[in-house]
Amino acid sequence: MNLRKSLSSFLVCSLFLLSFSANAELSIQITQGSDNPIPIAVVPFSWQGNGVLSEDISQIVMNDLEQVGEFSPLSRSNMLSMPSGEQEVFYSDWRLLAQDYLLVGKIDRTPGSQLVQVQYEFFDINREIKLAGEVLTGSVTQLRDIAHEISNVVFEQVTGTRGAFTSQILYVVAEYMNPERTNFRLEKSDYDGQRAQILLESVEPIMSPSWSPTGRDVAYVSFETDLPRIYIQNIATGDRRQITNYPNLNSSPEWSPDGTKLAMVLSKDGSPDIYVQDLTTNELIRVTDHPLIDTEPSWTADSRSIVFMSERTGQPQIYQIELGASSFNVERLTYDCFQCLNAKFLPDGVNLVHVRRETRQDPNYQIAVLNIETLRVITLTDTSLDESPSISPNGSMIMYATKFNGRGVLDAVSIDGAVRFRLPSTQGDVREPAWSPFLN
Amino acid sequence: MTKQSIQTVKMGLMVFSLFALVACSSTSDTEEGAMGGEGSSNSDSSNNGSARTNPGSTSGQLTQEEIRAENALRQTVFYFDFDIAEFKPADRETLSFHARDLAANSSKRIRLEGHGDERGTREYNLALGERRANSVLNYLIVNGASRSQIEVVSYGEEQPAQAGQSENAYSRNRRVEVVSR
Repeated sequence: MNLRKSLSSFLVCSLFLLSFSANAELSIQITQGSDNPIPIAVVPFSWQGNGVLSEDISQIVMNDLEQVGEFSPLSRSNMLSMPSGEQEVFYSDWRLLAQDYLLVGKIDRTPGSQLVQVQYEFFDINREIKLAGEVLTGSVTQLRDIAHEISNVVFEQVTGTRGAFTSQILYVVAEYMNPERTNFRLEKSDYDGQRAQILLESVEPIMSPSWSPTGRDVAYVSFETDLPRIYIQNIATGDRRQITNYPNLNSSPEWSPDGTKLAMVLSKDGSPDIYVQDLTTNELIRVTDHPLIDTEPSWTADSRSIVFMSERTGQPQIYQIELGASSFNVERLTYDCFQCLNAKFLPDGVNLVHVRRETRQDPNYQIAVLNIETLRVITLTDTSLDESPSISPNGSMIMYATKFNGRGVLDAVSIDGAVRFRLPSTQGDVREPAWSPFLN
Repeated sequence: MTKQSIQTVKMGLMVFSLFALVACSSTSDTEEGAMGGEGSSNSDSSNNGSARTNPGSTSGQLTQEEIRAENALRQTVFYFDFDIAEFKPADRETLSFHARDLAANSSKRIRLEGHGDERGTREYNLALGERRANSVLNYLIVNGASRSQIEVVSYGEEQPAQAGQSENAYSRNRRVEVVSR
């Protein structure tokens, strides 16, 4: 485990970005829970040092586990004992409370330094065994990172799926100031909306943030020159460069999974079509060629094909094309919707997440998943203006933008539709979430 | 961040100086009006024959045609139906006046800003806004304007004219704005 290393590199970044810290923090709200969650006890971690710690690690772990829906953490007031290490654990206490799993821990100052060390242990109550345990070291400003790291371990031990609690999100906030002025911000935060930082501010629109597969850079569209142009910005340093200046529309940048190319939409040759720019040679390849709108490119996992939306048959539908194939050689993926838009594959390469308007009469735009082998469609949301779905790096949840009380908010839903949570902001319209890849 | 705000100030200055230029170049109203009449009689073959120039106009008195042209040029926002990229037939005559005005004033530059309502995805609306602006662009060119006089940009759903989820707000947001540069 290279947590110490990754935490210290994180420290450098966070110091750098401290001054840009956004005042409008998001906070989580669970709007729909799982039917059959796993009971788990997360005991408050004991703290041996002086003073009060800025973060409550066990509370952060509880929030993490509850938000994704698979777990039902035991209320602290119902605990019969509060062990902080293995020797204090009595399995019978926890069996009595019908708990399946138990997490305990303690936090100490590292002698002679400003660092703290967090020791945690994780137990299976039914089998009466310790499943995991280690000591993590970091500064007090990194307690949230340590807590999310522990959540990852717990999640993976129980579900077999890698946890995404240390991942982050990018999103755009539009704050209406007066009829002449709206402020746009590109922000980054933890996956749960905490620790928001401003990456870019502008009085002109900012759109379509896309993570590089390393998580180090972001590509986006900014109208700062009065025209939509694509930029790439280093997240830690803030260094940025404009990478397109083609006539007309330059939009929808999307990094290939292998990191070598950027798919984009350009209308320099008449109408919006899909292009791919090689990021080392800057060579530009035209992928689609159709007089009607082609847009919203996304990549297949092998970086060899592009999924996109086209209105070539009259209404927006989803198509796929292999790079290097003739522009006529497109495969249509959706048929049974009035409009299907903004599609991307889950990591399994079979399930296609998209925005769906079922019929012409039904005015709702919702997030749905189409299995392209069985053609089964599951609609995951029940609000009416849902868009910009973005998939968590472990494929377990989808974050998307919707409207609540007339304001743009971010919601997340599990891929089976069972669990949902919301990240409300205190100011402005929040939109276009982009979930990071695994960052460590 | 500071760099950004400096850029904004710079841009503001540029915009201001552009305005100043436009203001300077359109000082002689009478001359422009005369040229406008000329332009309209030139292009009336391709039009509905409404260019009834009044040769007997006395000095200081605007002709019927000139009044209609002035009113037409005052309309700078054109609204669109849902999911439709073509401007409404009712706006044809007004846009013809805009085209003649551009044809008659070759130094004049405009920007067509296309917008959509919030339904549908952002990227789709960005593309749709461009199609809307292009439908106006093509009409202006066919009617005498030069391509080099017109810049087209789409804002998609990013700059609504009216907030809210009502049909009324949506219909005000599906628009192309003619902006002088």
